[in-house]
Amino acid sequence: MELSGAEILIKCLQAEKVEYVFGYPGGAVLFIYDELFKQNKVKHVLVRHEQGATHAADGYSRSSRKVGVALVTSGPGVTNAVTGIATAYMDSIPMVIITGQVPTHAIGLDAFQECDAIGITRPCVKHNFLVKDVKDLALTMKKAFYLATTGRPGPVLVDIPKDVTTDKCKFEYPETVSMRSYNPVVKGHPGQIKKAAQLLLEAKRPMVYAGGGVILSDASPQLTKLVKMLGFPCTNTLMGLGGFPATDKHFVGMLGMHGTYEANMAMQNCDVLVAIGARFDDRVIGDPAHFGQVPRKIIHIDIDPSSISKRVKVDVPIVGHVLDVLDDLISLIEAGKQRPEPKALNAWWEQIKLWRTKDCLRYDRKSKIIKPQYVLEKLYEITRGDAFITSDVGQHQMWAAQFYKFDKPRRWINSGGLGTMGFGLPAAMGVQLANPGASVVCVTGEASFQMCIQELSTCKQYRLPIKVVNLNNRYMGMVRQWQQFFHGNRYSESYMDALPDFVKLAESYGHVGISIEKPADVEPALKEAFKRTDELVFLDFITDQTENVYPMVGGGKGLTEMILAEEL
Amino acid sequence: MRHIISILLENEAGALSRVSGLFSARGYNIESLTVAPTEDESMSRMTIVTSGSEDVIEQITKQLNKLVEVVKVVDLFEAPHIERELMLIKVRAGPKDRDDLKRMSDIFRGRIIDVSEDTYTIELTGTGQKLDAFIEALGKTAILETARTGACGIARGQRVLRI
Ligand SMILES: Cc1cc2nc3c(=O)[nH]c(=O)nc-3n(C[C@H](O)[C@H](O)[C@H](O)COP(=O)(O)OP(=O)(O)OC[C@H]3O[C@@H](n4cnc5c(N)ncnc54)[C@H](O)[C@@H]3O)c2cc1C
Ligand SMILES: Cc1ncc(C[n+]2csc(CCOP(=O)(O)OP(=O)(O)O)c2C)c(N)n1
Ligand SMILES: [Mg+2]
Repeated sequence: MELSGAEILIKCLQAEKVEYVFGYPGGAVLFIYDELFKQNKVKHVLVRHEQGATHAADGYSRSSRKVGVALVTSGPGVTNAVTGIATAYMDSIPMVIITGQVPTHAIGLDAFQECDAIGITRPCVKHNFLVKDVKDLALTMKKAFYLATTGRPGPVLVDIPKDVTTDKCKFEYPETVSMRSYNPVVKGHPGQIKKAAQLLLEAKRPMVYAGGGVILSDASPQLTKLVKMLGFPCTNTLMGLGGFPATDKHFVGMLGMHGTYEANMAMQNCDVLVAIGARFDDRVIGDPAHFGQVPRKIIHIDIDPSSISKRVKVDVPIVGHVLDVLDDLISLIEAGKQRPEPKALNAWWEQIKLWRTKDCLRYDRKSKIIKPQYVLEKLYEITRGDAFITSDVGQHQMWAAQFYKFDKPRRWINSGGLGTMGFGLPAAMGVQLANPGASVVCVTGEASFQMCIQELSTCKQYRLPIKVVNLNNRYMGMVRQWQQFFHGNRYSESYMDALPDFVKLAESYGHVGISIEKPADVEPALKEAFKRTDELVFLDFITDQTENVYPMVGGGKGLTEMILAEEL
Repeated sequence: MRHIISILLENEAGALSRVSGLFSARGYNIESLTVAPTEDESMSRMTIVTSGSEDVIEQITKQLNKLVEVVKVVDLFEAPHIERELMLIKVRAGPKDRDDLKRMSDIFRGRIIDVSEDTYTIELTGTGQKLDAFIEALGKTAILETARTGACGIARGQRVLRI
């Protein structure tokens, strides 16, 4: 029996066990929507803007380790989706984006709602395909899911012209797929792993620096085991939070631009550094020349060879899947008798404890105005550290990263690489759908929230009981902070004027809104919100406008050249 | 330093733009780029002449390898290799210049492949430097038009680039 392209597409999604498609209809995808209508295995979530569809699919994926799927129409549907695709690309999130395209015979003729989806998205996808013949559709879908999830994960886009959705052919979904031009390495080189083990065991001042690769490869148990077994200090990047339990004594906090004093000092004073699924980002190492001054040995485990020695030269590169490499490394160390020398390690820990006494995240607890840090501490307490936290971009994002102690992976969902304001709410929708019944919180700022505010409507339609924690400082706080530090207090265009009444706004969408102005009301309001287990509650915390994120490593500065709260 | 990178890639629409897009997006130099299908029609071979520090060249080869349609990448500069470029050059060839031009072309092992009343078209292959030298020798005033292919290259001896 022959099936139409649209039928085939739905069959492919079913074969991939896709639970949700986040999308928005339009002319080029009408036949696909028609087929969606006729079945109920693949559920469609109607967003209010295509950016929301891609972020929701992204949040769904990050919190569930499944592939996020988005479906949008040609032209403006695609261009609206680009921000979400680029966001997923920068953070290596496995997604499949299906885009409608004008019919094959109209391509290139400036047809109505035509845009070169392949060309526009080429720099921000792992790969993309234009399906010109319905006979290629099933194999292309198989390849798309395969590419998205293997190697270094990432978004893959499949562009389907309208006539391909009506053309017919026999359907057969391939069981497996192999591509001669694509063979990601999984196992690390045994010789390199041996070298790494030796370096680690001989280290006097070791440091473990673990990133998003640990989360993406579900290797938290391995990382935790290795760190505890060796007794080493461990730091996480913004993308790696939850990869190692934050309440464990070996954890020294996040590192980087807004990392802890102890983490950054340890990075710059260690003699052996092992980077695990982390890419030496500029927000993490500061000025590369300053970072490179230190004569330490660096081991780097990453599945993507191009991440290795890109910004920082390393001594022992290991290309492979974090999970497999850590398994091998652990077995090798366990099999041998050698253990790190306790004396040196103790001295190193003494040093780290000394750095910890700086208490670099301290803030004014007696303030009469709500401090954002306080809200997050209370949020952590009330959710017992067990919520899924999504965030937008800005100061609130950094405070969430610093003050919510993530003990589990895939609980901290944020846009690190692209830093996309507007990510938080739609991502939370995906998270909530992937984790029904779980507490899902979107920590946001009044500026970021307005960038995808329309999704409040989607939340109502699908009854998503997300808790929105708006740290409302009436400023693009992160921008204001830079202007205060580096632009002579000239707050150019960073004041958020003419803000809506968020309580009324939430109510108008059929949600609950609460405004909180006094520190004493923070805890009761949060408790009240979590009592309402089946409603979205928007908590508008009116916070201190002048609060800054500390520590801070200024742009182009060395990692240890931190601005601390006390210095101002 | 100058490098010649040879790439085998899937002979698919769009593969070329992925490679050229990579170079522009990451700010790598391209001195020349040539591409044509190989004896196995499902694959193309591309030769890119680029320049950069060792670190940059390392990133270029890694980034190229990362492209899903790229099957294999070699940097020909890692071992002895042969490099050739083809040039077609049309020169002013009035009656009194003809002997000189013929002699010059012979010295450079060029071939005159088209003749008109007052032009010669000469075909010349060699390294880029040799072609440059020929252009220099002819002098700007004589030259009407040049068409160069950009370099292609192959390793010496038994080293081969294939799958
Ligand atoms: C306002 C703002 C401030 C920021 N401040 C900071 C800060 O202070 N500190 C900080 O850390 N970040 C900060 N960031 C985030 C920063 O921009 C980067 O996104 C982040 O540091 C990158 O994290 P990562 O190195 O873990 O890499 P990721 O982007 O998570 O990349 C993962 C790495 O792991 C590899 N990998 C993936 N899968 C596997 C696998 N299966 N096996 C092996 N390897 C794999 C990938 O190839 C890649 O190299 C900030 C962002 C914003 C928006
Ligand atoms: C789409 C987008 N535009 C601009 C920026 C630059 N930017 C980074 S943080 C920020 C301010 C965010 O303000 P708000 O959401 O109120 O958070 P706050 O810093 O006040 O906590 C801006 C404009 C960005 N990251 N994303
Ligand atoms: Mg703000």
